[in-house]
Amino acid sequence: MNIAFNDETFRDDFTFRNSPQAIRRFPFPFHEDSYMYAVNMEPHVPLARDSAYGTLIDVDEHYVAEMRDRALVLKEDPLRYQALPHMMTAQWDTLELLMEQQAAGYPELFTLTRDGDRWHWINRPLNIDQRFTFGDAATLPCEPLEYITRQAQGDFCIVDQRDGNLWMDAGMVTTQADWSLDFDIGMNFMEWHGPVPLAHQIGVFDRALKFLLNLQQGRPVRRLNWTMTINARLDTSPENYHKWGPDRATVTPENVGNKVHLRCELQSLWRLPRSNGILFVIRCFLIKMEELVTVPKWARRFHRVLRDLPPELADYKGLTRYRPTTVAWLAKYDDGAPTSPGFFPD
Amino acid sequence: MSINTEMSVRVAAITQVADQVRRLRFERVDGQPLPVFSGGAHVVVSMRDGAILRRNPYSLMSSPADSSGYEISVLAVEKSRGGSTFLHHKLKVGDTLAISQPINLFPIDQRGRKHILMAGGIGITPFMAMMDQLAREDRSFELHYAVRTRSHGAYWRELQARYGARRVHVYCDAEQLFIPTGEILGHQPLGTHLYVCGPAGMIKGVLGSAAQLGWPRQNLHSEEFLAPPPGKVFKAVLTRSGKTITVHSHQSILEAVEAAGVEAPYLCRGGACGQCETAVVGCDGALEHHDIYLEPEDKASGKKIMICVSRISGSEIRLDL
Ligand SMILES: Cc1cc2nc3c(=O)[nH]c(=O)nc-3n(C[C@H](O)[C@H](O)[C@H](O)COP(=O)(O)OP(=O)(O)OC[C@H]3O[C@@H](n4cnc5c(N)ncnc54)[C@H](O)[C@@H]3O)c2cc1C
Ligand code: FES
Repeated sequence: MNIAFNDETFRDDFTFRNSPQAIRRFPFPFHEDSYMYAVNMEPHVPLARDSAYGTLIDVDEHYVAEMRDRALVLKEDPLRYQALPHMMTAQWDTLELLMEQQAAGYPELFTLTRDGDRWHWINRPLNIDQRFTFGDAATLPCEPLEYITRQAQGDFCIVDQRDGNLWMDAGMVTTQADWSLDFDIGMNFMEWHGPVPLAHQIGVFDRALKFLLNLQQGRPVRRLNWTMTINARLDTSPENYHKWGPDRATVTPENVGNKVHLRCELQSLWRLPRSNGILFVIRCFLIKMEELVTVPKWARRFHRVLRDLPPELADYKGLTRYRPTTVAWLAKYDDGAPTSPGFFPD
Repeated sequence: MSINTEMSVRVAAITQVADQVRRLRFERVDGQPLPVFSGGAHVVVSMRDGAILRRNPYSLMSSPADSSGYEISVLAVEKSRGGSTFLHHKLKVGDTLAISQPINLFPIDQRGRKHILMAGGIGITPFMAMMDQLAREDRSFELHYAVRTRSHGAYWRELQARYGARRVHVYCDAEQLFIPTGEILGHQPLGTHLYVCGPAGMIKGVLGSAAQLGWPRQNLHSEEFLAPPPGKVFKAVLTRSGKTITVHSHQSILEAVEAAGVEAPYLCRGGACGQCETAVVGCDGALEHHDIYLEPEDKASGKKIMICVSRISGSEIRLDL
C-alpha cells in the first residue's frame, strides 16, 4: 500500500483534511442511531484492509504531520513524555511491538531486521535509519518508549500490574482529549478514572479492572470512544485549555462544516510479554462535519445520535455549547430514511 | 471471547532430572518462534489421553528470552488424576500437544531493590525463569530452596554452579536442614520483595512470619500449585445452556462443563486468577471453596464459585452458564 502523506497542520491555520479514501476508512463509532456509554471491549483482530482496522497498528495519510505536531508539543512541554524507572523492560516491550506491527503492516514504509540483539530499523516516511542493541538504551538517541512513540500515531500509556491493580507508570501523551499524563502518572486504575461521571454506574470499572488484569498475551482487545473537537486540534490537553477552550464559542451556522469535528479514539490494549505490563494505545481520528456528510448513512445517523444524546453526557463531553448549532446543520442531511445496521458506509 | 491462541508444539526432549521429576522441552510444530514471556509465567498444557482431554497448568522454567523452545518440569504426583501420569509415562519425544499463551500470575515486582525467592520441592520451577531474568537484568536476588532429599531436589546443583552458593541456598529435609525463615526475613533492606512457591503449608508459614515481622503486604508474593481436589459426585444444572451434567468425583466442575461441550473461560485452572468465576443460581448443599481468589465475604455469600477447583457438599448446583 502506498500512502501519500498530507502536508497539513493541527494548530494555527489548521490545514488538516481527509482525502476521500481517508473518509471512507474513518472508524465511525456508532453502530446504531443512538449512543449509550458502555465498556464494549472486543478482540483486536484485523478487519477489512481498507478500514482503520486493516492492521493492528494503523498508519494513515496523517502520519508525517502528526509526528511533526508531536515533536512541537514535546518541545514546548517535555513532560508529555514520562516513564518511571521500573518501566524500562516495558519500554522495550513497546518498542518491539510497534516496530514489529508497523513493519508487518506497511513493509514499503518500515523495515525491521534483527540479528540477535542487534537490530536495524528503517522508517522511510521520516527518513530514519537506526542500528541499535535491543535492551541497551544507550544505543538509541533517547529512551526506547520516547524513541518509538515519536514514530507512531496515537497516544501510548503503559500500566504496570501489581497488587491486583494497574498503575499508570509511563506514557507519551500529546493528542489527548482533556486528560493529563503529568497529573495521572503513578496513579492506579481507580484513581485515574476518578473524574468520569456516570461511571458511578458502579461496577463498570470494577468489571473493567478485573477484565484487564486477566488480559492475555497474544489476545489484544479494543474499544471505541468518541467526543468532538472544534478545529482540528490534536492537543486538547488540560495544560492547553486556554488555547482550545475558547474555540468552543466560535461555532456559527456558517462554519460548522469546517470547524466541528467528530473525534474518535480507537483504543487497543496489549499484554506486554517481558514486563507483564499492559500497553494502552489511544489512537485519535478526526473528521470534519462537511467530510462526514459525504457518507449519507453517517450523516443521518450522527444527526440522530447528537440530537438525542442525554444532556449529562453532552456536558461531560463538553459539547453543550455548540450542540444545537451542529444538530441544526446536520438536520439538512437527514431525510429521515432508515439506516443500515453496523459501522461501515453502505 | 473464544479466539484460539493455543499453539501446537512438539516434544523435542524429555530428561529425567531427579527422582519423580521430568523436564519436557516443547518446540513449535510450524517452526515459528514461541512468544517471549516474563519469569513466573505458566502455560496450560492440553493433552489428548485416549478419549479424555486433560488440561493442566505448568510453570515455564526455561529462559524467558529464549523463543526457540519452552521447558517445563513435572513432578509425578501420587494419586494423580492422570495429567502428571500421562506426562511421565505416556508422552514420548516427537508427540504433539497444544499449549496456551504464557500467563503470569506470579510476576517479579519491577520496583523491587532485592528479591528473596523461597521454593519448596517442585515449586522451584517459576524461580528458574525468574532467576534467569533477574540475573540478566543484573538485579539482586537470593534463592532459598527446600528439598526432601538431595536426589529428589531438581536443579540445585546446576543453580549453585550458575549463580554461586551465596545466592543459592539449599536445605534438605533428610539432613534436618530447614529454611531459617525468621532469620532471613528479619534482616532485609527496605524495598525487598519476597516470593514463595511450594506446598500450601510452607506458603502459609512463610507469609505468616513475614506479616509478624511487619513486612508490607505489597512486598509479599506467592503461588500455589493448586489442583482440583476429588470429592463426591454431584449434578450441575447449566441454566443458560439448558444442560444438566454430572461432575464425577475426579473431575472439576470446569472439566465436566468442557466435556459437555460448553465453553467456560479459564486462565490458571488453579483457583488463582478469577477468570472462571461463575454465579451460583442455587445449590442444595454447601459450597466447598478451594480457590485462593474470592474474598471471604464472597465465599460466605454462596453466590459465586470458582469452577476450576471448587465443589459442593450437596447433590445439585445450578450455575449461570
Ligand atoms: C499456576 C500453576 C503452576 C503449576 N506449575 C507446575 C509445575 O511447574 N510443575 C508441576 O509438576 N506441577 C505444576 N502445577 C500443578 C499441575 O498443574 C498439576 O496439578 C499436577 O501436575 C498434578 O496433576 P495430575 O493431573 O497428575 O493430578 P491431580 O489430580 O490434578 O492431582 C492429584 C493429587 O495430587 C495433589 N497434587 C497436585 N500437584 C501436587 C504437587 N505439586 N505436589 C504434591 N501434591 C500435588 C493434588 O492436590 C491432588 O490431590 C502447577 C499448578 C498451577 C496452578
Ligand atoms: S481458572 Fe483461574 S481461578 Fe479458575
